[in-house]
Amino acid sequence: MTTKAFQKIYTKIENITKATVTVRAQGVGNDELATVGGKLAQVVRIAGDDITLQVFQGTEGIATDSEVVFHGEPPVLRVSDDLAGRFFDAYGNPLDGGMPVGGEAREIGGPTVNPFKRIQPSELIATGIAGIDLNNTIVSGQKIPFFADPDQPYNQVMADVALRAQADKIILGGMGMTNDDYLYFRNLFENAGVLDRIVCFVNTTENPPVERLLVPDMALTAAEYFAVDKGEKVLVLLTDMTLYADALAIVANRMDQIPSKDSMPGSLYSDLAKIYEKAVQLPNGGSITIIAVTTLSGGDITNAVPDNTGYITEGQLFLRKDSDTGKVIVDPFRSLSRLKQLVIGKKTREDHPQVMNAAVRLYSDAANAKTKLENGFDLSDYDERTLKFAGEYSEKLLAIDVNIEITEMLDTAWKLFAKYFTKSEVAIKEELTEKYWPQTA
Amino acid sequence: MKTKGKVTGIISNIVIVKTEGPVAQNEIATVVLGDVRMMAEVIKVVGRDAYIQVFDSTRGLRVGAEVEFEGHMLEATLGPGILSKNYDGLQNDLAGMDGLFIRRGQRTAPLDREALWEFEPLAAPGDRVEAGDWLGQVKEQWIMHKIMVPFAFEGTYTVRSVAAPGKYTIEQTVAVLEDAQGVEHPVTMVQRWPVKKPIKAYVSKPRPSRILETGVRPIDTFNPIADGGTGFIPGPFGAGKTVLQHAIAKQAEADIIIMIACGERANEVVEIFAEFPRLDDPHTGHKLMERTTIICNTSNMPVASREASVYTGMTIGEYYRAMGLKVLILADSTSRWAQALREMSNRLEELPGQDAFPMDLSAIISNFYARAGLVNLRNGATGSVTFLGTVSPAGGNLKEPVTEATQKAARCFYALSQQRADSKRYPAIDPLESYSKYLEYPEIIEYLDRRIEPGWADLVNRGKTIVQRGKEAAEQIDILGDDGVPVEYHDRFWKSELIDFVILQQDAFDAVDANTPLERQRYMYNLVLDICDRRFEFDDFQTCVAFYKSLINLFKQLNYSEWESDRFAEYRARIDELLETKESNR
Repeated sequence: MTTKAFQKIYTKIENITKATVTVRAQGVGNDELATVGGKLAQVVRIAGDDITLQVFQGTEGIATDSEVVFHGEPPVLRVSDDLAGRFFDAYGNPLDGGMPVGGEAREIGGPTVNPFKRIQPSELIATGIAGIDLNNTIVSGQKIPFFADPDQPYNQVMADVALRAQADKIILGGMGMTNDDYLYFRNLFENAGVLDRIVCFVNTTENPPVERLLVPDMALTAAEYFAVDKGEKVLVLLTDMTLYADALAIVANRMDQIPSKDSMPGSLYSDLAKIYEKAVQLPNGGSITIIAVTTLSGGDITNAVPDNTGYITEGQLFLRKDSDTGKVIVDPFRSLSRLKQLVIGKKTREDHPQVMNAAVRLYSDAANAKTKLENGFDLSDYDERTLKFAGEYSEKLLAIDVNIEITEMLDTAWKLFAKYFTKSEVAIKEELTEKYWPQTA
Repeated sequence: MKTKGKVTGIISNIVIVKTEGPVAQNEIATVVLGDVRMMAEVIKVVGRDAYIQVFDSTRGLRVGAEVEFEGHMLEATLGPGILSKNYDGLQNDLAGMDGLFIRRGQRTAPLDREALWEFEPLAAPGDRVEAGDWLGQVKEQWIMHKIMVPFAFEGTYTVRSVAAPGKYTIEQTVAVLEDAQGVEHPVTMVQRWPVKKPIKAYVSKPRPSRILETGVRPIDTFNPIADGGTGFIPGPFGAGKTVLQHAIAKQAEADIIIMIACGERANEVVEIFAEFPRLDDPHTGHKLMERTTIICNTSNMPVASREASVYTGMTIGEYYRAMGLKVLILADSTSRWAQALREMSNRLEELPGQDAFPMDLSAIISNFYARAGLVNLRNGATGSVTFLGTVSPAGGNLKEPVTEATQKAARCFYALSQQRADSKRYPAIDPLESYSKYLEYPEIIEYLDRRIEPGWADLVNRGKTIVQRGKEAAEQIDILGDDGVPVEYHDRFWKSELIDFVILQQDAFDAVDANTPLERQRYMYNLVLDICDRRFEFDDFQTCVAFYKSLINLFKQLNYSEWESDRFAEYRARIDELLETKESNR
């Protein structure tokens, strides 16, 4: 952030709060960046000559005579193919000791794709995880979060998904990420030899929380460059969106806004939607798919953050630990991919929709049997078989450490059906049963 | 002379303007930022300061920027060519925009100015006419689009001349009217109307007296919505609001459908763009898109125009109603509209009501729903606007301001239940929570007697009682165990399950089951209720459960079979066979 020639320097700060300063200045544009006492800030309110700036790193140590320099432009990211393989902070400065990236400066948080110019998503993204590929298939151009409690290995699952998905670029936006997790991602990407496909924007817990607000826009501006300009398939990973929302709440509070549900700002829905709606399938073949993480508190999805997210995203993937097998699974009941109908049975084998439904139905019968057992009622022979089926289904298919092709998932499901049930109990369309029911069970 | 002003303050999309002349509340203004001209609306005036909300991002805007006030409120452009269009909330034609992204300040004309329309006069020189009277008509898709005396014309006019039959553009004069002072006014095919003002070019607004067939059984059979009625669908995410709305949009027996995608996902609108031009309207056989107009202001588009989108949709609906047409407006989701109101109120630093929503939220919602309705036009024709909105309650909790305010305004309530959605009982309309006030209207009860069969409303209530009693029996069974209750309890429970599976559940993705015409609904409902009236003998609860499970399975096959086909007859016969095996001698 070098100072340009003829920039006016202001040294009379009128007002300082925890997060904002107010300075008298002329000719300043809304949303413009500035440097206040060496710290980066952004214009958030203009009232005549009184310009209020939000200082991203907080106002500690800022004096009434600190220097205020306006940059004359909103936050930008320089985009070029050189972004690939690089790690940046929330402002787009290199974290990896490398040179700053050159290229065209693009305003972050740019305009919306005309909905009429979008294409209906239709390309499957295979992850090898049956809880996703079989039950909640993800499609390019989709936006879907993991809903997970903080103790679940969501970052690992997301990293697995990113590495297995055949994306041209993977862009990671880390918000409030622990330094350990940041290094985990970094090592993983390096070891997997995919660094040339990765771009990272990271705000760790060591950085000020308000800086996080820039991360999704930075990541998505880079994503739009590769998807729109280059026609590439881009996968954007955003973790953790709950911490992003927390930063929104901090800013809203310091701006004296009236909080709505769960102390979140009233604009939370629009703020989140602006990010998630960047997911798109473009007519040029490029696409932006967003996989995010929303951490929950004790599995509570009625909290404002997961609740608003659920209304915006195209489904959600619930992670939970299966107490019977001790493995982390993608919960088949509470997870949902709204776009799976566009690909299952069309891009995958014809029996996919029916096999998926039958397996989930039998798994739910097992859950009922379990309740019966817990309440001290007797189990029927069918109940016993569903319980056995559920154990194996959970271990061989639902567990996130399984990594197989979709066709193999379908074959595995058929094997389990044949092992525990009769054809009529599985109740799949007859023509499919005849074709796929294993001959030697 | 337009009033001008200069920007003195900016807080997000609210801009404070020092004005140099008169301004009106809700007046439209243009903010000039370099070569970009952004639209805005006056929302508050304090002394010479006008507070305007900009329908775009104010990034880079500076103090001193010029603002022009346009002298009118936000208006919709009304004329032939609206059908099949995809508009944003401010009625910009999305298909007409160039570039992949929507540029700031980009405007496109709502109607094609060059297209020629085959005009046919309906009025003659010497006729005395008032606002909304029909002067002529053109064929738009397959409907006769009436060219009316502009709604803004007050009092009575005399027709001086009407254009001869022939082809005209929307901006050519098709009639000349003379007012009481002898001044002549040329009339074209296009007129403008402020979206926040209801169009009142009708004689009277009677109570609704017939129902609007949707083909969705839990609505038509259990809680019908009136033609010209209002209803709303609250439900948590994943409960199937959008699928249900799309089903209604595809099947409803209306002339015109207006879908307002208000602050929702862009991919859902893309689905309509992709599907509607292919699918057929089941009532006319024309393509669905021919009767549909989409107002699309997705969640990432500017919040202020999201607020405008519902009014734009309603105004277009009222316009077609004045032509004597049946219009159905679907808005998904009105909660996003309320949130837009909240964001605005918040920035204006108004004292908040519950959950930070504006205090007058309830009044705003009521006024909006009141614009729907059946109307008698001056020429004796009737037209209607039926409005159905979805509500997205925070946390799925119906005790929140938007749901509560809407409940006061809308006459039908279709509560989508998480529990039903979890057990894949779609559509997840809760049969006991939901209601239709129209079932209590004597005129609707009479209509149902005529349209479906005598005593239909009573029959509906009987079904509801069976469902209620089934639920009570289920609770007893849960507490006491399968063996701990008499078999009659199981019988009672499974009779309610029969209604649930056969009538209340419907497969929106099956070509046959998705749409059930009223005649078929009558047949199926009678069939099911007749079984509920019968007494069966069961030795134990297991045989009872097994019997009803097979019965339900046969009924499901019946629902999947083409009406009155051989397959239908076959399953119908198998149901009778099954019934005979169990029926006790009465």
